[in-house]
Amino acid sequence: MASGSASAQPHASLVEIANLRVDFGPPARPIVAVEGVDLTIEPGEIVGLVGESGSGKSVTALALMNLIDDPGRVRADRMAFAGRDLLAASASERRSIAGRGIGMIFQDPLTSLDPCYTVGYQLDEALRLSGNREERTNAAARRDRALALLREVEIAEPVARLRAYPHQLSGGMAQRVMIAIALVGRPQLLIADEPTTALDVTVQAQVLALLTRLRREHTMAILLITHDLAVVAETADRVVVMYAGQVMETGEVPAIFERPRHPYTQALLDALPEHNVDRARLRTIPGVVPGAFDRPAGCLLAPRCSYAAARCFATRPALAGDAARAVRCHFPLASANADPNDRRAHV
Amino acid sequence: MTAEHMSARRAPLLEARGLTRHYHLSRGLLRGTALVRALDGVSFSLAPSQTLAVVGESGCGKSTLARQVTMIETPTAGALLLDGADVAHADRAQRKRLRPQVQMVFQNPYASLNPRRTVGALLEEPLVIHRGGAASDRRAQALAMMEKVGLRREHYGRYPHMFSGGQRQRIAVARALMLGPRLVVADEPISALDVSIQAQVLNLLLDLQQELGIAYLFIAHNLQVVRHIADTVMVMYLGKAVEQGPKAAIFAQPLHPYTQALLASTPSLERARRTRATVVAAEPPSPLESRTGCAFRARCPRAVDRCAEEIPQPRTIGSITVACHRADE
Repeated sequence: MASGSASAQPHASLVEIANLRVDFGPPARPIVAVEGVDLTIEPGEIVGLVGESGSGKSVTALALMNLIDDPGRVRADRMAFAGRDLLAASASERRSIAGRGIGMIFQDPLTSLDPCYTVGYQLDEALRLSGNREERTNAAARRDRALALLREVEIAEPVARLRAYPHQLSGGMAQRVMIAIALVGRPQLLIADEPTTALDVTVQAQVLALLTRLRREHTMAILLITHDLAVVAETADRVVVMYAGQVMETGEVPAIFERPRHPYTQALLDALPEHNVDRARLRTIPGVVPGAFDRPAGCLLAPRCSYAAARCFATRPALAGDAARAVRCHFPLASANADPNDRRAHV
Repeated sequence: MTAEHMSARRAPLLEARGLTRHYHLSRGLLRGTALVRALDGVSFSLAPSQTLAVVGESGCGKSTLARQVTMIETPTAGALLLDGADVAHADRAQRKRLRPQVQMVFQNPYASLNPRRTVGALLEEPLVIHRGGAASDRRAQALAMMEKVGLRREHYGRYPHMFSGGQRQRIAVARALMLGPRLVVADEPISALDVSIQAQVLNLLLDLQQELGIAYLFIAHNLQVVRHIADTVMVMYLGKAVEQGPKAAIFAQPLHPYTQALLASTPSLERARRTRATVVAAEPPSPLESRTGCAFRARCPRAVDRCAEEIPQPRTIGSITVACHRADE
């Protein structure tokens, strides 16, 4: 994790995003999707990006992929991938960096695949665009690589599957095909946006095991976007918790689950049935996530936070700490009182 | 444990005996039809004020079961008794009389509420259909129910799009309760909601059960949620109930290899469980394929020759009913 051998190269992280802001709509009255987001990903690291709907998880990933189109506006102090400054790069340079260096898979594989073309055609198309030089020019090389990719993602009978249409695949198999397509450019980063949410629980376990193996064998980093804290607890090395467009807390697994320092992280964990065994009622977070236009002036969580003090309503806290552990809170929870058996109840 | 035993002795509110629903599926011109055994001889019972959680993966027949219980469809075979009255063979008039007793809450409150009707109109519609009566009475009942589920009076004239997902699900729950049902079928009622909202809606469902004595047939895939809300659990696989019993027994010592696989595959926050146990291979086969023997055997780590030849029949081991040849080994 630590960039120990990188003294000659000050920026050894694979992904570095500092102070990202994405907004939409009229410039005079912008809808701010994310603001002040810092995100670093080390080579080969699995980073879990968790948050509720509207927290800005997907927008952050799309900004990194250069997929925010007009009228969206992306600003950042720094945005780099594999040491290359994405903010200074031209549009075509950014496309090639993102196209080869970053692969992406989505929640519903059957809506991401084109129903009119076979698996083989769709793999071939991706290889023509993002394969290496030989694959781009040689059809036989593309077919070999397509078969190798299907084997890589553990699809049985790969030769037969090349001729299959998406509707002939099960959900788990379709997600494996999506992963194979994402691997075409030999990416250093795979962005997986809710990759298992639409899958059954036994298939989810298989796909997560596959992603973990791919990470290990290819030293490929994974940004795992999900709302499922348990999936992150089992899969990720580090977690970034987002709320209403901001990063609230980052920390390593399992520390962040055992000793959450932000009241929001703690409240999220406490709302899960697993943290309420033998309780009649679940602990809840009162209220709802603020919309883009009714975000409070102070801490975004203040109206829903049981620890909020006057200062929380007046000034918005900054994200303090480093990539290993950072908290955006005026009064972060002490490690001591976050003992799992000694949580303060949220009512 | 004792409470569960006591409830088992009470007369069941809902009882299914060999409940079966087959569909004929057209495979295209000249290819004839295929038989889908969506629900294949399922038996269970549910006591008043209790929660039966139905667990299983896609294609296991849990939604088909919901359609039989809510009287949207007629079972192909078997008996379905609601308070002793046979729902499966009821005629139109009887079904209309029985329907108010069984209501449903759907998964996605963004799709289950008519966007062109106000909350008031949505809540009063079941009364208009089944009860009639004066408009002022209906309004009073709707307002009373809104208060019960945590909606405010001023929400009465608003439209669904003005509400968040959690509040929409409150509206859907309120609508299901308008006729005073004794049984509510909840089909994945919280899986479309955010984590912090899931807890609010689960609490609401449990509060309402305590206050009104409703029984829930709770269809879910999240075992952590099931563990919190259920009294009894039924695990389904390809149209059959493979294991059922009191929640405590199922979670403490599941007997069927499929239940064991489901539990092992469920992600957990606990450090001890974070290293993943054996992951079951492959995916559920298509319900279209004809089968002999045990439906789970292709994915089962403990399958033997007998599993390919003989369909395992449900049998009772302790407090659990399980359909597996090797459950007692």
